[in-house]
Amino acid sequence: MKYEYWFANIQGVSCKKKLALLSNVKSAEELYYIEETTLKKWGLEEKDCNKILESVKEWKLEAEYEKLLEKQVKFYTIQNPEYPERLRAIPAPPFALYVKGKLPEEDVSSVAIVGARECSPYGREMAKEFSECLADAGFQVISGMARGIDGASHRGALSAGGTSFGVLGCGVDICYPRENIELYMELQKSGGIISELPLGMQPLPQFFPARNRIISGLADVVLVIEAKEKSGSLITADMALEQGKDVYALPGQVNSRLSRGCHELIRQGAGILLSPKDLLEELGIFHKEEMKKMGKTTENKISLESPEKLVYSCFDFQPRSLSDILGMTGFSIPTLMNILINLELKGCIKEISKNYYVKVN
Amino acid sequence: MFSTVLSATLRGLFVEFVQVEADTSNGLPMFHMVGYLSSEVKEAGERVRTAIKNSGVALPAKKIVINLSPANMRKKGSMFDLPIAIAILASLGEVEEVRLRDALLVGELSLDGAVKHVPGILPIVMEAKKRGCRVCIVPKENQKEGSLVDGIQVIGVENLAEVYEILKGKHSEGYRKKQENESWDIHFHETKLDYSDIHGQRIAKRAAEIAVAGNHNMLMIGPPGTGKSMIAKRIPTILPPLTKEESMELTMIYSVIGGLNQDSPLMRERPFREVHQSVTKTALIGGGTIPKPGEISLAHKGVLFLDEIAEFQKPVIELLRQPMEEHQIKILRERGEYLFPAEFLLVAAMNPCPCGNYPDLNKCMCTTPQIRNYLGRISQPFLDRIDICVEVEKIQYQDLQNEGEEETSQTIRERVSAAREIQRKRYQELGILTNSELKVKDVEKYCHLGVKEERMMRQAFERMNLTARMYYKVLAVARTIADLEGKENIELVHLAEALSYRSMDQKYWGGGEA
Repeated sequence: MKYEYWFANIQGVSCKKKLALLSNVKSAEELYYIEETTLKKWGLEEKDCNKILESVKEWKLEAEYEKLLEKQVKFYTIQNPEYPERLRAIPAPPFALYVKGKLPEEDVSSVAIVGARECSPYGREMAKEFSECLADAGFQVISGMARGIDGASHRGALSAGGTSFGVLGCGVDICYPRENIELYMELQKSGGIISELPLGMQPLPQFFPARNRIISGLADVVLVIEAKEKSGSLITADMALEQGKDVYALPGQVNSRLSRGCHELIRQGAGILLSPKDLLEELGIFHKEEMKKMGKTTENKISLESPEKLVYSCFDFQPRSLSDILGMTGFSIPTLMNILINLELKGCIKEISKNYYVKVN
Repeated sequence: MFSTVLSATLRGLFVEFVQVEADTSNGLPMFHMVGYLSSEVKEAGERVRTAIKNSGVALPAKKIVINLSPANMRKKGSMFDLPIAIAILASLGEVEEVRLRDALLVGELSLDGAVKHVPGILPIVMEAKKRGCRVCIVPKENQKEGSLVDGIQVIGVENLAEVYEILKGKHSEGYRKKQENESWDIHFHETKLDYSDIHGQRIAKRAAEIAVAGNHNMLMIGPPGTGKSMIAKRIPTILPPLTKEESMELTMIYSVIGGLNQDSPLMRERPFREVHQSVTKTALIGGGTIPKPGEISLAHKGVLFLDEIAEFQKPVIELLRQPMEEHQIKILRERGEYLFPAEFLLVAAMNPCPCGNYPDLNKCMCTTPQIRNYLGRISQPFLDRIDICVEVEKIQYQDLQNEGEEETSQTIRERVSAAREIQRKRYQELGILTNSELKVKDVEKYCHLGVKEERMMRQAFERMNLTARMYYKVLAVARTIADLEGKENIELVHLAEALSYRSMDQKYWGGGEA
């Protein structure tokens, strides 16, 4: 195994070339002790040849492998039978995967939910809702563990008691972004953290587009919740189409900058996300539990008095300021503040910035 | 012959008396000054000798020694010129020493003998009166300022020759008759600004009213161009007028920095000090080798306005924490401690994020970490000391169209004054004036809650993650809101409104992940 680990860690040699090299020998161990002339004979380019020989010199075979075991990171090369079949099928699959926790199940459907880091409360709530419902319907939820939509998707799946997998743009032993540390720990228990990058690799911008192909690759269907015109989520959607997966996009307000990418996807022919139930029906799955879930979102369980109802009805997922509501309802300032504080104390709304409130589901 | 003249200098807001001694004796002609002098006092020697000569008295070729006592105190400032000159004249027998008894002299001399104004006349005259002096001779320009003190004669002089005449007793009635004192009457802020200028912004205006009524510190958050500064600049128009005692206290501070208008030296209006973000620590809280009051003391009994508070250097802002609680600032230096009053109403304004548009995500281009960092420039302990925090929104078009419906500052000020009067009466025993000064144990006594109110506060404490300090601030603000309505007890509505104004919690800023 340690020889495979060494071989997988050679940077800058493509998966294709690595596979070609392996096809010439019995195992990676043979490659470790190989002569330069033999490599040349196989027609390997000078620079690739140098990279391999250099890494043989620098790589501490035993120590590095022990580190891998110590950190409890599992390691699967593309030749490993446990390597996800879904990834084998995509163009340019990663040569090896590093995993903390477990890999997605092969025979369970999986969904990728992606979207903007700087998302709106609407996007965050929707991501959570879709993720919850889909996890409840038995889907595994794949996402990128980033801020915003990604985090909300993971949290939704976990809160519904489902499994969720985070694909990182850095080594699996690094938690990026740091504030998601509790998610990082949680995902290892109920799912996994996956990356193609070696341990200790820092999150660099160039890794993220490549990471996106794994997210879409591991999924059967990709949901884009919120995306600006130029967004990493659109890269994921492109990759998904290339890989032959279904792409769905969540519509938003037409004047919302954050939904422009989604609307563009819908124009290009992506599926439209109307409700989790709608999606499940379209995917040919129907879940009894869904009906209950649907009921919950429309009818609030907490009883509200009528002025409270009036104020509560002014809210949606767009942040509303105190002055907005003041104009909409015509209450006096103290009365309105009283109602708002009561709604906040009942957990119906949340203050997201000074005197700006959003609805909480 | 030896002679001595009483003078004084300032140490912070305190006055230190200085005896200026002069001795003329036979010997090699020389002029020598001792007494731990700073360079501006040493230079006084040249000024004084020239001024005496130009005033028509020829200095004899004698040995002249000047001593400023106590010798262990560093003497700074130019106010010793006049007493030195008179001490020399007295030692020469040119003026009668009897007349110098019970007199205090301060003033700077110019080479032609003119007496020029100096700072700190008011505290000096006050202390002189306490010490039992009968007369103070001060520069003409400072006379009105000195005359604010009752029961002591203050003579303003224009040049050295005049002092010489007075002390020689050529004036038939001895000292000239004292001028009339400046009369005291209630004075309102005179300005063209008025709250009726601002259309809309009802919430922010209401918050400003509560802030002033209870003297609560206030932070306004809103996008650029929504009128945060406009609201702040109009706060003085709703402040209750100064009382005579407050006015004198304030005049003392301004006297020390030489910031009084000498035609009408009494500070009749509450100060409004707007501080720019480039302010240094010393300029803000006071300081210097002999500390002088800083902006926070100049805003005493008035308003200290910090616009764009997030752009200030963090250490500078943090310095405000202690004076915000204590209402005074103690500056410690090697040579002792200096206490300056700093009872100001802090009004601050900031944008919600670097671009100013959060939470409008269609316009805001900032990332979550950027938004958090922006607020992170102000520490949570500082935010906890803010009693009222309010959003200032973009003005709507229809608000601009509504003419003549806005309340004037006068109407608001009447309500504020009424609420302040209620507080003053209630806190007579405590010796405080407003709700914001309540100590924790007094909050429990004066901000008593009913059962329902208690339950709401318990819920709020748990759900909104209030700190203990924020909890007491909310109660104090609720007390002020109840006082504005003239209510005896704090009711649910008052509490709810106070809770809406509570300061921010950084953890939940920027949307919050969980």
